[in-house]
Amino acid sequence: MAANVTTPGAVEPKMWLGGIEPMKASYGKLMMWFFLISDTFTFSALLVAYGTARFSFPAFTGKHEDFTFSNMYWPVPERVYEAVPFLHGISLPLVFVGIMTFILIASSVTMVLAVEAGHRMDRANVEKYMLWTILGGFTFLGCQAWEWSHFIHGTDAGSVMKVIENGTWIEKTIFGANLTENQYGPPAFADFFFFITGFHGTHVFSGVILNILIFFRAATGFYDKRGSYEMVEKVGLYWHFVDLVWVFVFTFFYLV
Amino acid sequence: MAEVHHHHVHNQDPEAGAEQRKAIWKTFWILLIITSLEFLIAFTVPHGVLKVSIFIIMTIVKAFYIVGEFMHLKHETKTLIWSILVPVIFVAWLILALLLEGNAIFEAIFG
Repeated sequence: MAANVTTPGAVEPKMWLGGIEPMKASYGKLMMWFFLISDTFTFSALLVAYGTARFSFPAFTGKHEDFTFSNMYWPVPERVYEAVPFLHGISLPLVFVGIMTFILIASSVTMVLAVEAGHRMDRANVEKYMLWTILGGFTFLGCQAWEWSHFIHGTDAGSVMKVIENGTWIEKTIFGANLTENQYGPPAFADFFFFITGFHGTHVFSGVILNILIFFRAATGFYDKRGSYEMVEKVGLYWHFVDLVWVFVFTFFYLV
Repeated sequence: MAEVHHHHVHNQDPEAGAEQRKAIWKTFWILLIITSLEFLIAFTVPHGVLKVSIFIIMTIVKAFYIVGEFMHLKHETKTLIWSILVPVIFVAWLILALLLEGNAIFEAIFG
């Protein structure tokens, strides 16, 4: 980046003329940090709004094994998320979301290993670890697509719920969830599920796109020519942030 | 290609960055162990204030390692660290304000 380059024979860098990088971080890195702060606010707003909705609904107070889906109280997460691909009908609470968490942490590790390789101008290792990171990102997205599909289609039996339709209370069986109907609990629960995991998934998706771009530029020798692999670091910051958000989503959506 | 070769020769030392790689894997194991503990607690500790508090503390510890080590913030200048951490105070305010609000809505409807 232009900000890092000191042309030989150029005027000595001066503190107030853009010669010295503020906080010893390049322009791009600093701007990535400040973008991530703004993104932190967006995700915080979503998660805190979820907390508000949850606090304004009654909680399920009975015994855990007596829990049934109802729109009269907020659902217990381990009863909502208990399905795993290829294991239909078996109750495995939080197992699949645990696998997704592991995938994202592992892809964060391969990303930081790519950044480290970039510091040594080790192109082969940058390529290798970027590919692992891209693979991890796609795997996570695939898992999320499956989870959404299961959430939308619902369980075999569905849930019988009392809902208002055309101004009168009726009893009907609801299968799965959309933005207005939800077999697992109050419709607001499904709305937050779609918005929060959806917004996070969008971030993962754009992260994968950026990672592919970085891999392509590394593989074609662009960063070798430039003499710096700092772009790997900047996109790495974004990728770790996506992992960070998931840590919070995991706790406040799936565990608490 | 010549340039690539030049850089490679320049950084042939296999020990270069070894310490950093060790720190990366250490962070990975810490994150993995905390996440596994969270699972254990999810199914053993009865639901209540204690369980929620443990989860929140563990989440903050994980966030500390991701931001500090993976995002390298721990090793940046003090001014940069504070520029990132101080705005998060607004989030603390948001949590307080809106959770109280949610409670008030609950009291108004069901209380």
